[in-house]
Amino acid sequence: MSQRPRRSPHPRERRMIFANIDREGYTPDIDSYVRHGGYEQLRKAITMEPDAIVNEVKASGLRGRGGAGFPCGVKWGFIRRGGPKPTYLICNADESEPGTFKDRYIIHQDPHQLIEGMIISCFALDVHLAYIYIRGEFPEGAKILEKAIAEAKEKGYLGKNLLDTGFDLEIYVHRGAGAYICGEETGLIESLEGKRAYPRIKPPYFPAVLGLYQCPTIVNNVETLCHVKHIIGMGGAEYAKIGRPNNTGTRILCISGDVVRPGYFEVELGAVTLGEAINELCGGLKPGRKLKAIIPGGSSAKVLRADERFKIKTKAEDGSMVDKEIGVEDILMDFDSLAAVGSMAGSGGVIVMDDSRDMVWTLNNLNEFYAHESCGQCTPCREGSLWMRKITDRILAGGGVDNDPDVLKNVADNIAGKTICAFGEACSWPTQSFVLKFRDEFTAKARKPLPPPIPPEYTPDTLIAETPRLPATNQA
Amino acid sequence: MSTETATAPPPVQMLNVQIDGVWMQFPKGTRLIEACAQANKFIPRYCYHPKLSSPGNCRMCLIEMGMPKMGPDRQPELGEDGRPVINWIPRPQISCAQDVAEGMAVRTDSPMVQDARKGVLEFLLINHPLDCPVCDQAGECRLQEFSVEHGNSKSRFLEHKVKKPKNVAIGPRITLDDERCILCSRCVRFMREVAKDDVLGFVNRGSYNTLTCHPERTLDSNYSLNTVDICPVGALTSNDFRFKMRVWFLAETKSFCTSCATGCNTTISARQGTIYRQTPRENNDVNSSWMCDYGRLNFHYLQSPDRLVRPSAKIVPPEENEPGWDEALLRAGKALRSYKGSEVAIIASGRQTNEELYLTAELARQIGTEQIDIVPHLDLGDDLLLSADRNPNVAGARLLGVSAPTPGERLRSIADGVRSGAIKALIVLGEDATEAGLTEEDLKKTDLLITLSLLPNATTRQADYLFPSAGFAEKRGSMINKTNRLQRLNRAVEPPGEARDDWEILRDLLNASREAAADSSDLFTIEDLFRQMAAATPALNGLSLSRIGDLGLPLEL
Repeated sequence: MSQRPRRSPHPRERRMIFANIDREGYTPDIDSYVRHGGYEQLRKAITMEPDAIVNEVKASGLRGRGGAGFPCGVKWGFIRRGGPKPTYLICNADESEPGTFKDRYIIHQDPHQLIEGMIISCFALDVHLAYIYIRGEFPEGAKILEKAIAEAKEKGYLGKNLLDTGFDLEIYVHRGAGAYICGEETGLIESLEGKRAYPRIKPPYFPAVLGLYQCPTIVNNVETLCHVKHIIGMGGAEYAKIGRPNNTGTRILCISGDVVRPGYFEVELGAVTLGEAINELCGGLKPGRKLKAIIPGGSSAKVLRADERFKIKTKAEDGSMVDKEIGVEDILMDFDSLAAVGSMAGSGGVIVMDDSRDMVWTLNNLNEFYAHESCGQCTPCREGSLWMRKITDRILAGGGVDNDPDVLKNVADNIAGKTICAFGEACSWPTQSFVLKFRDEFTAKARKPLPPPIPPEYTPDTLIAETPRLPATNQA
Repeated sequence: MSTETATAPPPVQMLNVQIDGVWMQFPKGTRLIEACAQANKFIPRYCYHPKLSSPGNCRMCLIEMGMPKMGPDRQPELGEDGRPVINWIPRPQISCAQDVAEGMAVRTDSPMVQDARKGVLEFLLINHPLDCPVCDQAGECRLQEFSVEHGNSKSRFLEHKVKKPKNVAIGPRITLDDERCILCSRCVRFMREVAKDDVLGFVNRGSYNTLTCHPERTLDSNYSLNTVDICPVGALTSNDFRFKMRVWFLAETKSFCTSCATGCNTTISARQGTIYRQTPRENNDVNSSWMCDYGRLNFHYLQSPDRLVRPSAKIVPPEENEPGWDEALLRAGKALRSYKGSEVAIIASGRQTNEELYLTAELARQIGTEQIDIVPHLDLGDDLLLSADRNPNVAGARLLGVSAPTPGERLRSIADGVRSGAIKALIVLGEDATEAGLTEEDLKKTDLLITLSLLPNATTRQADYLFPSAGFAEKRGSMINKTNRLQRLNRAVEPPGEARDDWEILRDLLNASREAAADSSDLFTIEDLFRQMAAATPALNGLSLSRIGDLGLPLEL
């Protein structure tokens, strides 16, 4: 993987996970890692009772960095130690959410940080076999991880009787074959078992109960597992002071799109607003451009319109809750603040769009992705994701009819909340929010009258525009 | 009293469940979708099948669900009616993959549920070819049925449909139309979980998902046609049945398969004297919901153009035509009377019904011969349904004294007797004597050869008296399967031409062979015959044909 030109952290960043990323003279080998204090937290962790480690993670308030933001300590609390079945830990390194590019830097530049985090987590959860499920598009990352694991084993941090604790642990790297759905934890588990990555129904297949090979399994994101190392280093209570209540720690924002300096920025949760992220971290919009829209948490997060106003409840100085009206730029970049405005912090991928962007084209771009990535297991997502793509495709080609915006919105409504996994929401939230918030752009392009009923398998020629079509892609 | 309680099964825990506002009780472990069905609230479904695992993929069985609202004391809050207050989940839930729980509440027809069903059906139809007029499933298609009940009348879909493979020869007996497939995975799961031949799967993604066989495999299991039965749409069709008959013209008759000793329960579908298909009928004590392809397709011989359709006698005086039934039976009976019992042998069949076997035993007694046995038919079986014993009624033949304790062990002495000339008259019932140790040359040595048969064979060609009889789908009667289960055949079609029910032929032959030449019998119906047999057979005491019922009865033998 080609490296971007290295640059020093922005002053408003607080680098913990990315402390060594892009650092001059830092290399991904174990010597460099140990030289910079690596594996010290592991040495500390093995002196602790496993339950004490779990309690530190609970006390830290760490929330999952993969997308859902589920409290990590609560997830770990579902595991019952000492059961008849083994417990597995899986590191989800299938980073596929469009707009997200953080885990890959940890893997490429600081793999031992992840491995140390995993060893500590396995020690806490009595796991003796762990997997790193890495997406197929990261062949170099897989090689780096394999090498790092071999180094860690050679130095005795991993393998049989690691660091003379009597604790055995093996970590294996498993490469996916290139499918977004493998990032869904039960789809990932199926894929790891050698099957099609069809997500499982929950209930009954909650991974903590019936996970990999029907055994209790914890699936955590790369960044989340790295945080565990730092929580042990500073203690859960100390970690919890970083960020805001219920939104603790730092978070890597991956900001892309129409900004001057796109990139990744590790900040304390809630320490910067969306406006500060764009204007300070990224140097603002391109000259002469106006902000139009932001997708704040990976491509499936609901879009925010630049001129939207939100009424939220905030804590006043005296501790009472007061209503406050804020604009998009005032939104704090943390889990709860983004949820409060109807979107989500998701995977940390912030996509900024200025006034040069066509929202129909943008939605069609997202729809193409989701139509291609739907696994096809359950009906609403399988049929609906391609239908939505075909509608936006037709609108772009000039064949939009006047009820297309309504149909689009309704198709998305018929997917969301009715599918096996969260992909249903992931593929319908963009459509729901784009059509709702940029309706005028859709209606402007979808003006033809609805044609009379036609033989079902043909799109009438009258709907196909004179305008040149985009090159056809994504034909599965 | 005390001994009874000691052996009583542990009590089943009953759970309170609210269905559409009515509180009911269901045993713990009841699947929610089944509980609703029991409450007369049928939930539409595609992927769910009670005999297979529940993947929850079709999303057709979405319902609105709630659980009791918990108070601060972790106890359910009770409403004014003393029942729990329900916390309704704001998104619909599938009912096929979870069991009922205490205090659970469901709404099976609320606006949320209706919207969800409408949505799912619309999705299922947008890429469906809608070729119902030429689809074999039409008339028994869940897609049609649920669209009528829950779907939209108008399509909003203006796009090109996804094209997929059509007319795929996925196996030797099955044709697949991937465009009709709704990807419910029932067939995939059946092959994996029941047939233990994991041969089907999906390829591609999203809307392009396509059912196919694993590389270098075909759907050639002996259980493959069950996938056609459980396919809720017209994706998998039986080569044997497709394009032969619209299903709504078919009359269904409950029967069972007579191709082996398992006796899988079946439905025979026929129209105007022609059988078009045979499908498994659920019986959890016999065949669950399945049957093998071999047994299923083994009815075409009944419709062979070679079927024997009128009685015949070898020696017809020049001035006479072929004798009719009465004349032929009288002459055959009279001919039998001229032999001593030890000069007559009967080769009977494990394919005869109990009623026929009873009369066969009576005939042997009347003649005074103990030279009687059935012909064993053994072949490869499997550990699912197909029995190595291809005779469907060996247990009945043993019970009624027609079979030797080991079926077929008397055939050698019968053959020896024929060859030595000690046996002069041979009666062959539904078998070919050349499969029972005799050659065609041996048969020429007999003075009198009487046979009942459906089709011509080496024995019928030499028979002095040949009586065409009825096949398993053309008659009534009972048989006993390998687990000693008494089961009932029903008549789906009439026998061809003048062919008669075997029991009537045997009754008349028995009458004609009596010294007194009784010209009447008190056996007018098969019910009369069963009653007589049951009275004479301790294991069948107190039973009647109607008491056997559609699912049969276990016997203590």
